[in-house]
Amino acid sequence: MATLQTRATARIMMSPAIILLFLWMIVPLVMTLYFSFLRYNLLMPGTEEYVGFLNYQYFLTDPAFFTALGNTLLLVGGTLLITVIGGILLAIVLDQPFWGQGIVRLLVIAPFFVMPTVSALVWKNMLMHPVNGLFAWIARSFGFQPVDWFAQVPLLSIVLIVAWQWLPFATLILLTALQSLDGEQIEAAEMDGAGPLSRFIYLVLPHLARAITVVILIETIFLLSVFAEILVTTNGGPGLQTTNIAYLIYSQALLQFDVGGASAGGIVAVILANIVAVFLIRLIGKNLER
Amino acid sequence: MGSITLEKVSKSFGTTSVIPEIDLEINDGEFVVFVGPSGCGKSTLLRMIAGLEDLSGGRIIIDGKDMSSEAPAKRGLSMVFQSYALYPHMSVYQNIAFPLKMDGQEKSAIDKKVRDAAHILNLTNYLDRRPGQLSGGQRQRVAIGRAIVRQPKAFLFDEPLSNLDAALRGNMRLEISDLHHQLKTTMIYVTHDQVEAMTMADKIVVLNAGRIEQVGSPLELYKKPKNVFVAGFIGSPRMNLIEGAAAEKHKASTLGVRPEHVQISKTEGAWKGTVGVTEHLGSDTFIHVQTEGVGKITVRTDGDFATKHGQSVFLTPDPSRLHLFDASGQAI
Repeated sequence: MATLQTRATARIMMSPAIILLFLWMIVPLVMTLYFSFLRYNLLMPGTEEYVGFLNYQYFLTDPAFFTALGNTLLLVGGTLLITVIGGILLAIVLDQPFWGQGIVRLLVIAPFFVMPTVSALVWKNMLMHPVNGLFAWIARSFGFQPVDWFAQVPLLSIVLIVAWQWLPFATLILLTALQSLDGEQIEAAEMDGAGPLSRFIYLVLPHLARAITVVILIETIFLLSVFAEILVTTNGGPGLQTTNIAYLIYSQALLQFDVGGASAGGIVAVILANIVAVFLIRLIGKNLER
Repeated sequence: MGSITLEKVSKSFGTTSVIPEIDLEINDGEFVVFVGPSGCGKSTLLRMIAGLEDLSGGRIIIDGKDMSSEAPAKRGLSMVFQSYALYPHMSVYQNIAFPLKMDGQEKSAIDKKVRDAAHILNLTNYLDRRPGQLSGGQRQRVAIGRAIVRQPKAFLFDEPLSNLDAALRGNMRLEISDLHHQLKTTMIYVTHDQVEAMTMADKIVVLNAGRIEQVGSPLELYKKPKNVFVAGFIGSPRMNLIEGAAAEKHKASTLGVRPEHVQISKTEGAWKGTVGVTEHLGSDTFIHVQTEGVGKITVRTDGDFATKHGQSVFLTPDPSRLHLFDASGQAI
């Protein structure tokens, strides 16, 4: 795109797609913003009126909001911890040459293709069910009392399900990063007298730093809005124990029919996500510069 | 401190044999160069000595001890890789200090050794930089620095200069030779460049398809090549190898004569020919002559010899410096 004319042509050619994308984003955002300043309850149609920041005041002073915020952070943090550490270990295992490597790699990636609702149902009914579940059967066959996952450790159960879905993604990204590590560097370290653990700490981990930041960034974006797994398994309960921000907004809008309050919650979630994004971009910027 | 003996060392990958069987003696303090065309097994041989490749057979003895199955770090050797293999996220200081740190040495001792090495290699001003911020030659020196701080029994160089430009290569050649005189440590150097081999080596090992063709000092190899392969490989420009009637006159199947041992004249000589391409280097001129009956002959003459393309010239080989080879390629 060297000349003035080709640049102008390029702009004209690109504009339909860009305009469409822009509308796609800006229309819902503006409408949400608009609704968040209205008293808008589906049970009382026709009574919509401007109420200023009242919706925000209700949403932010609701004790459920802080519980949901804490749950969201625990859910994101716990899942990141499991997927990053598990992903590194799995990537190292899959990087070793062994028989049937291709099939094993394919199988490891498979959970990523299962829909969130389906995987949550499978976990709920086939694995974590206190009577029929596989875990309960294992516990009973060793003579232990089975764990009632969704009653006793509901948030941990959700974290495990979500982590299972995102582990393949982390493994895949980290595996490709691992494969780009220069073999001669490892050999040089071997000659320098570095054992397997030292090689991991001083060579592999710094090499993976970039890939790890990418995994953290992308996963955080998606994990902030986990919803299907919660709806299918616990419905946010018991009590508020598994309610995250996304689920709280859903319950405001479609269980309490308060569209105005839910819209205010949505805007709050957007602001929170942007705060997280600022931190992440800084972290990434530091890691990507070198 | 630093003699290496290879006994019947062999290597095969699956059913393909890369190195059939090699015996070689490397004395303490020697600068040995493995030279050969690409794919001749010279790098594999070096990696076997380093311990990065397993032996398929035979023994490697370092300082009288059988090290054939020891881990690379236990052999007391240092290696400089073709890609330098510096650790990209560490500074130059950390790179050079890494082997000492892995050895568990004290901080003050490490600091002294790193600074000494940096001083020898002119890297003192670059200790805080990362490898990505250095030029090719500086990276090369860091790799050498990382090798010398361990005070190894021997250095292994795997084509260390092939990523540098021609001028820098000449400089580094001198620096490595200098380093060898300073440290007096055994060095094994792998290259495909026969100029590097000739200028640096105490002893050259010419390899071809995994076999040793000849071992000897640079001048020995130049003056008395054992066979056609060594004759053609050592020396630049290549030796002229002539087959047919001209060779049969000397009762040989191949007659070899180096370009610098052919007299060129415009009036008289043994072989008549026409001038093809002429390469002027200033100090020398290489003239490629198409002769009648003897084929293409390269002649090296002084820089002032003026010729034109297509001109008739006469060539006379120096009779005392002819190399004769029999039908199997061995020297007579």
